[in-house]
Amino acid sequence: MYAFEIERPSTIADAVKALKDEDAQALGGGQTLIPTLKQRLAMPSALVSLTGIGEMQGVCLADDGAVCIGGATTHATVAREAAVHYPGLAGLASNIGDPAVRNRGTIGGSLANNDPSACYPAAALGSGAMIITDKREIAADDYFEGMFATALDDGEIVTEVRFPVPQKSHYEKFVQPASRFALVGVFVAKFADGVRVAVTGASEEGVFRWSEAEAALSANFSADALSALSVAADGMIADLHGSSEYRAHLVKVMTGRAVSAAT
Amino acid sequence: MPKDGGIGASTTRREDVRFLTGKGNYTADINAYGTATAIFVRSTVANGVIKSVDTSAAETMPGVLAVFTGEDFAEVGGNPAGWLIHSRDGEPMKEPKRPVLAHGKVRHVGDAYAAVIAETEQQARDAAEEVIADIEELPAVVDMAAALAGDNYVHDEIGTNQCFDWGWIEDNRAATDEAIKNAPHVTTLELINNRLVPNAMEPRASIGTYDAAGDSYLLQTTSQNPHMTRLLISAFVMGIPENKLTVIAPDVGGGFGSKIYHYGEEALVLAAAKKVGRPVKWVADRTESFLTDAHGRDHVTKIELACEKDGTFIAFRTETLANVGAYLSNFSTATPTFLHGTLMAGNYTVPNVYVNLKTVFTNTAPVDAYRGAGRPEATYSLERVIDMAARELGMDPVELRRKNFIKPDQFPFASAAGLEYDSGNYDALMDKMEAMVDRKAFEERRKASEAKGLLRGLGINAYVEACGIAPSNLVGVLGSRVGLYDAATVRVNATGNLSVMVGAHSHGQGHETVFPQIVGEMLGIDPASIDIVHGDTSKIPFGMGTYGSRSLAVCGSAMVRATEKIIAKAKKIAAHMLEASADDVDFADGQFTVKGTDKSVSFGEVALKAYIPHEYPIEDIEPGLEETAFYDPANFTYPSGAYACEVEVDPETGKVTVERFTACDDFGNVMNPMIVSGQVHGGVVQGIGQALLENTTYDENGQLLSASYMDYVMPRADDLPFIAVDHADGTPCTHNPLGAKGCGEGGAIGSPPTVVNAVIDALQSGGKDVKHIDMPLTPARVWAAMNNA
Repeated sequence: MYAFEIERPSTIADAVKALKDEDAQALGGGQTLIPTLKQRLAMPSALVSLTGIGEMQGVCLADDGAVCIGGATTHATVAREAAVHYPGLAGLASNIGDPAVRNRGTIGGSLANNDPSACYPAAALGSGAMIITDKREIAADDYFEGMFATALDDGEIVTEVRFPVPQKSHYEKFVQPASRFALVGVFVAKFADGVRVAVTGASEEGVFRWSEAEAALSANFSADALSALSVAADGMIADLHGSSEYRAHLVKVMTGRAVSAAT
Repeated sequence: MPKDGGIGASTTRREDVRFLTGKGNYTADINAYGTATAIFVRSTVANGVIKSVDTSAAETMPGVLAVFTGEDFAEVGGNPAGWLIHSRDGEPMKEPKRPVLAHGKVRHVGDAYAAVIAETEQQARDAAEEVIADIEELPAVVDMAAALAGDNYVHDEIGTNQCFDWGWIEDNRAATDEAIKNAPHVTTLELINNRLVPNAMEPRASIGTYDAAGDSYLLQTTSQNPHMTRLLISAFVMGIPENKLTVIAPDVGGGFGSKIYHYGEEALVLAAAKKVGRPVKWVADRTESFLTDAHGRDHVTKIELACEKDGTFIAFRTETLANVGAYLSNFSTATPTFLHGTLMAGNYTVPNVYVNLKTVFTNTAPVDAYRGAGRPEATYSLERVIDMAARELGMDPVELRRKNFIKPDQFPFASAAGLEYDSGNYDALMDKMEAMVDRKAFEERRKASEAKGLLRGLGINAYVEACGIAPSNLVGVLGSRVGLYDAATVRVNATGNLSVMVGAHSHGQGHETVFPQIVGEMLGIDPASIDIVHGDTSKIPFGMGTYGSRSLAVCGSAMVRATEKIIAKAKKIAAHMLEASADDVDFADGQFTVKGTDKSVSFGEVALKAYIPHEYPIEDIEPGLEETAFYDPANFTYPSGAYACEVEVDPETGKVTVERFTACDDFGNVMNPMIVSGQVHGGVVQGIGQALLENTTYDENGQLLSASYMDYVMPRADDLPFIAVDHADGTPCTHNPLGAKGCGEGGAIGSPPTVVNAVIDALQSGGKDVKHIDMPLTPARVWAAMNNA
């Protein structure tokens, strides 16, 4: 680790100000950034911790029924406090990493990092969530721009995420056995006006919507509806944990299981 | 005295109090005043010529005390291999020098070519980044077959990548070939025994200290055998006289073999301490552990089993390539040969065995003994091919093994691979295993799994291994450059309590608990009044340390012999005190009694007399009560076992879940059943890890892709079933005083083939004609095998 300054603002405005410094870096739960720093793979001049900002904490319900989660809310808090309102989302949060990760890692940090194997991007895209930052609102469909890439500008902070609540949903994850990230994870959400299917872990482009499955499931919300579909291996991740063919296969299997388990 | 705490009692481990309350004293915990930090500069390429190393910028960085390069150690010795193996043609193995720091060439990712000593770790790391090396990258040699075929040499000076080409037993080669040629049935299997990273919980660490007043050195280090480390540094690497070097291995957080060996970092901190005049400390980070700890296994084997139509074994023949990595680690030439080839007859009366094994240099981390060390490789090859043969012959896998087992009345048994097994009862182990497994109800369990859409398989396995390493005369003939005895000093203090100095080192084995149980039982005194001293060459006799499940069988036997000497001398002193002849004195339950009388003195009274020798027959008996014994075993010991595993396979994803695991072992006499169960649990977990999870992967450039816990899969609690173990009623070892065989490795030896056999059984039951999958059986591999079948 290289030496750095640490700042702990208590308001979003102060955090934004602190991040104006070119070499400053926002610090959420640190579950990716801290290991990166420890290996001397990043050299920020200052870390701006977002975890002390009260207005970015917690889970609440909007007037339209959407579940609103502060950007600095930990996975463990989401698992606990969103369970009544949005069990599919809470279920996903409850199975990220391990207890230590869930009690440090935050939803804003996960979405800002957009690891291609992270769980939260599937929930945000699968729910059609709204990503709210210190300066604008970005629809999930416009937010994810590929592996580790998002629509965020430098220094822009995810302050809140607003999830419309579907009639039924479920996240099915096949874990990469070492990291316990998703080798393939599929979030299925059935809304009144159609089904959304978001896949993480599989594609070299990061989280994506499987539109054929969405169409088939919108017509018939059952695993059988997927039987005629298949996923192309092109563009799927291949690494020491699985080939692109294997990941493509798992996308279909996990989607079917998510549909069957959706509540 | 209290039988409760003596031999056979499941006494709780006294060392756990300090370990579990954060009071352990590990190398990294030691912080003498003024200690400087060493950071190594390591190669990021697998193969390259070091054109130059410019340290001038680093030397001027804040806090930097010294910078070393390979040039600084060009004149000192190399770290040697402990066994000299000869090829089939009589040529000695190739032994390229293994320097303290790479010089001329770097040969694997992580190979250290410079080291920075600075006031603080931060300063040392900062300066390490300013060491400017011009290294010309060369193509890496990674695949063993390609390494043998090509002319890109890891060590140019030997002109080959083959270390040796070994035949065991070469005189049996022709007969074995002939037997296989004429056999009615031959089963052939090609398999890989996957490379493993040891992953001890505590990374390696070393502190060097130099005392100018006495021109002497202290090395505190993570070692399983401090005397061996001292000998290697003194006699081969640095030339520091043994009497000027103390090596202390304090609490050590696991080794599994990886801390047997001497590593260059230990020599570096000693040289650095002298140069900078302060203690110099190095603590590996986890990445360094992955890249530079000696790895385990890494065999590619073709095995043939020839048998009669009725399943009677005729011959085993293997051809194996064994990876030694970039340099020869201390045991690396013994592990694939005499700890592997000699076990290739297994538990069986098979008359013909021939092993051909070539060891290969590659641009990867050195490979050496890792829990089981050669014997897991032997058992895996044998028990996989036997399972395959059973399927081909349409025989029950248990019955095929039983048909060929050495029977209890055949011991001692000279195996076709050159060992003499002293005792065992393989059928009894199989009987016990079948009963524990409730094999009759397996089909019902299989149906229940199938109802959930899962395939269920039962894998079984038998193993025998050779441990309690080892008879010095025998291993000397086989190529060992050291003896493999051990030693203990039993010191009875004046007030009757004891300090026992032992050559074995405890780094998880529980010696501090078990050894007092044994001495306490022999002397009839409370084990709590006995302390074990280990790990400090200035305090302990010259023993060979802990590995190869040898601590109890070899060092424990030395301790018994020393205690017997104590009793013999104490009896003479007691006889004097009781005014009787020593022949008339009995010793039992801590009391010396004159036969046929009620006259007695206690052990404590005799101890006091030995140290306050008033009214003492000083002409006949020396004062004091302290004895040392060296024990050199007459033979290896031969633990054996019968294992079973049940798995469920998800046919849609290929995921394997271990549902049940049963381990029935014969470790001979057991001193502390609780600790033995723990050893089996740990070994089985490592074996399940090898079979299903642990995925050491180098790419074609020699980069270790699985170099962190984000990619290297260690077994975790939720990967594991309840493990049913039984090690009661063993057949005692016939040649050591405890009748003990050793329990440290059986679990890791017996479990991998058990798991793989179970997965193949599951897939076959689902109509998938999958004959073999190489470890680790990851979901992706199982799925691919099912879809190609």
